[in-house]
Amino acid sequence: MHRGKGMKFVGDSRVPAERKPNIPKDYSEYPGKTEAFWPNFLLKEWMVGAVFLIGYLILTVAHESPLERKADPTDAGYIPLPDWYFLFLYQLLKYKYAAGDYVLIGTVIIPGLAFGALMLAPFLDTGSERRPSRRPIATGLMLLGLISVTYLTWESVVTHDWEKAKEQGKIVNVSFDENDPGYKIYQKQSCVGCHGDSLSGGASGPSLVGTGLKPEEIMKIAKEGKPPGMPPNAFKGTDEELEKLATFISKLEK
Amino acid sequence: MLQKIYDWVDERLDITPLWRDVADHEVPEHVNPAHHFSAFVYCFGGLTFFITVIQILSGMFLTMYYVPDIINAWESVYYLQNEVAFGVIVRGMHHWGASLVIVMMFLHTLRVFFQGAYKKPRELNWVVGVLIFFVMLGLGFTGYLLPWDMKALFATKVGIEIAMTIPVVGPLAKTFLAGGEIIGAQTLTRFFAIHVFFLPAALLGLMGAHFLMIRKQGISGPL
Repeated sequence: MHRGKGMKFVGDSRVPAERKPNIPKDYSEYPGKTEAFWPNFLLKEWMVGAVFLIGYLILTVAHESPLERKADPTDAGYIPLPDWYFLFLYQLLKYKYAAGDYVLIGTVIIPGLAFGALMLAPFLDTGSERRPSRRPIATGLMLLGLISVTYLTWESVVTHDWEKAKEQGKIVNVSFDENDPGYKIYQKQSCVGCHGDSLSGGASGPSLVGTGLKPEEIMKIAKEGKPPGMPPNAFKGTDEELEKLATFISKLEK
Repeated sequence: MLQKIYDWVDERLDITPLWRDVADHEVPEHVNPAHHFSAFVYCFGGLTFFITVIQILSGMFLTMYYVPDIINAWESVYYLQNEVAFGVIVRGMHHWGASLVIVMMFLHTLRVFFQGAYKKPRELNWVVGVLIFFVMLGLGFTGYLLPWDMKALFATKVGIEIAMTIPVVGPLAKTFLAGGEIIGAQTLTRFFAIHVFFLPAALLGLMGAHFLMIRKQGISGPL
């Protein structure tokens, strides 16, 4: 670069008037088969990216992203599950010595040590040796970490009730006539407390939509109860009302 | 024409050195899968960046429909998923990208670790990389709540309960994240702000530092 006296600038700016040609360096003298990043290598990288993108789009089209029903903070019976990459931390807290009185071991000490060591790896493993086989402690600890994370994730996946999870999160679209005399009776009775405004169930009562039961069967359950949740004599009213209610519920379909 | 525009700008701003800094660096043989197929392990970092770009773009489109309040959040996602043209694709890419970026970053971390590429003089770049990992996990955690469906709400409740067990910091973190005693309207708007503004800003800064350092030091040599 030209320095000192005799420098020319563009106008009164600090941009030198002398132009440099926009030519890439010659990498042919570099060791091995070195090539330029732009455009040679970037083109190859983009080809890898394009193949990856195809796989990514196939995944997107084949598996629609999940959406459960709208959040209902009153539903205490819901079994929660974090996204898959947090499962190992979640599973850790299920073990006796990482929960209850020892919860700090599960929430602070073990993750803190593991992630702290990961972050400070260059300062803990200061030797100049790079091959994994020549630094057995670092390699061993990382493998131990990998095995633990894999095992915990696996345990969490196999012990989770996926069928129930799918059921409890389902979006239920119920359409019914709110002016139906059956629904009016439903609201006046204690039914609504457990089975919900939209009859889609709640913490202590199942959904009444699409039960497949006949009116007589529903009348019987309303009078005699159904263990474990449904108490006997829940319905208090006339037989005529009960019949209307039962007919209304038996007709509900998804 | 393009050349003339370039020359016009270059005369005034001297962009050639800048452009050569960005474009002009050598790719050694040992990281090039065209010469040694096993060098595909060097692709994971680039793919992580590629997915990050997709996440930013798809996220920008998602915010065109998403409404961060507890009355409309779920409905807006449902509408986006079922009514908007290609909404299901955009949301799907953001959803799957969130998982893929973790996978790719994990593989990239393992590559760097097992090759000992974090050793002197690259210690700082490793630390920045681990910080990027944490920011990504934070993005995953905050993004999970936004659809405001059952799994979102209850996973966040559990997550914040876990944070609460940490002495001193826990209750402070809860107040900061939840914006009060209950996981509700305040929490959703906070998670939205953290997911869309705070963490992406941190991510871009850290990634800038990550790339600057790798350009300055060059990629680590063959084993």
